[in-house]
Amino acid sequence: MAEIVPGQAYGFFTDTSVCIGCKACEVACKQWNMLAGNEPSFIDGYDNTGQLDSQNWRHVKFIDNVPDETMGTGQGKAWLLMSDVCKHCQHASCMDVCPTGAIIRTEFDTVYIQPDVCNGCRNCISACPYSVIGIDEETNVAHKCTLCYDRLQGGMEPACAKACPTQSIQFGPLQELQQAADKRLADLHAQGVAEANLYGRDQAVYGGLNAFFLLMDEPEAYKLPNTANAVLPGRNNAGGWLTGLATAVLGVLGGLIALRRRGQPPSQDPSPRQEADAP
Amino acid sequence: MTLLAQAQHFVRAPEWTWYIVPYFYLAGLAGGCYVIATLLRLLGNHADEPAARLGYYAAFLAFLPCPVLLTLDLTQPLRFWHMLWNTTPGNEGPNFKTGSPMSVGSWALVAFGLFAAVSFLEVLVHDGKLRRPFAVRVVRPLDGALGRIWNAVGAVLGLFIAGYTGVLLAVSNQPVWSDTWALGGLFLASGLAGSAALLALLVRLRRDAQASLGMFELSERLYSLLELALLVVFALTLVGAGTLDDAFGFPWILLWLVAFAGLLPGLGRLLTARLAVTTEGALVEQATLASAAVLWLTLLGVLALRAAVILSAQF
Repeated sequence: MAEIVPGQAYGFFTDTSVCIGCKACEVACKQWNMLAGNEPSFIDGYDNTGQLDSQNWRHVKFIDNVPDETMGTGQGKAWLLMSDVCKHCQHASCMDVCPTGAIIRTEFDTVYIQPDVCNGCRNCISACPYSVIGIDEETNVAHKCTLCYDRLQGGMEPACAKACPTQSIQFGPLQELQQAADKRLADLHAQGVAEANLYGRDQAVYGGLNAFFLLMDEPEAYKLPNTANAVLPGRNNAGGWLTGLATAVLGVLGGLIALRRRGQPPSQDPSPRQEADAP
Repeated sequence: MTLLAQAQHFVRAPEWTWYIVPYFYLAGLAGGCYVIATLLRLLGNHADEPAARLGYYAAFLAFLPCPVLLTLDLTQPLRFWHMLWNTTPGNEGPNFKTGSPMSVGSWALVAFGLFAAVSFLEVLVHDGKLRRPFAVRVVRPLDGALGRIWNAVGAVLGLFIAGYTGVLLAVSNQPVWSDTWALGGLFLASGLAGSAALLALLVRLRRDAQASLGMFELSERLYSLLELALLVVFALTLVGAGTLDDAFGFPWILLWLVAFAGLLPGLGRLLTARLAVTTEGALVEQATLASAAVLWLTLLGVLALRAAVILSAQF
């Protein structure tokens, strides 16, 4: 691992085609970040953490992609496995709406929630399109993957990438990761794996993701918004304010109409305030 | 199928619930009452002054719980001031993000609070309920043109406070909220309709304000019509996004029924009496139980509307 240098963009390339669902990433993440974890819940398949939240900063998705009528080989289909994580978006929805300035972009070009600044308004939760952020019940502030900010500052790669036995999770300078992803995609396509695609590699999704993926199906199959639906919360700012402004104008107009059409109140006193003043 | 009909939401709910519903409600009423009071004071007849004062009382009293509710909703309530001041090491200073309605709204709430409080003080002094020299000195400059400017600016802030909450919801990635741009206008119209109903109710407590009852009556009708129009726009935008069922399905439909019921009195009178109050001048409302119940229904409808919008997207 080359030296980690502040000022350079880093990220994850998660290649789901080689993920074996071992959850070493989940364990390493919890261990390093001292996350107590939630009570295990045996949901479906092999998933017992369920989702990304304040306690799960890595979550391995087990997606049953195999038709029920499969006999034997799976008819070319396999379960989709994916170690999900905060995407550290270039255009980060959470950062856009955060009113406190708690969410910052670090010197490693990652998105980080400062726990001592966050006041728990939860606006970031309403905005994050990947359902990554949760409120930690002990600290009472918003938590998510920090891309092991503290490890990066100490020159170490993130715990999940370090623990991944299949190199499904790769960490490094973003440019190098993108080149590696392009090569891997070309190799897979050359092998006839036409469904392989890169998600977040280019700028089509939130200006590009520092944690991007090689997927083995459409993004929707992994519950990731596709290019058309990867939209920023700020898209409603102009329309929302303009509708509010138009309503305000109509509201004042309505008040004026009501004043004019109500008939004249019977009073002749020329000094309104004094008339109403108490003796 | 249109592009919007494929709208995807993989987002988690922020759990804005029992503090936020009443906050949105009271913010709508506080802003709306201030606006109506200012219209009466600046553009109405001099006999409207008692009703205007009633409006300023109501605006401030409705505003008072708002900061408390918002603070309690934070999971770190003692850091409420972080909304206004960035404490990031090396980047300390005021927080003002134009792209974040919550940030803009925090400042607007502080500013509106100041305007509402001073106007409250001013009407207390002019009503002779507060005679302390300090208070009299504070409000004396507001007797002239400065007072009118003060009220006008406060009314603009009131319009903002009553409506920005809808924009705040829309600027998210939540289903329903982010699928429409009509919420800011809808909440504002609903807040104005509720405020007109509230003031029509409060007039019973102040006889000299009854001269303005006709204005409250007519404005409630018009604001109800505006609210209905925006409700239609809201529903149409959700149809386009494919989230109409999320907003109007069971059990939320029950809240919507209350919200629609709250619109009926205003719309009904608009249909039957149009914009006529009486042919002889100001209306003097009979303080009957039935007429009060109708106004309470309107107020309940305003609350139900906000509850339906806020809760349906999250559960």
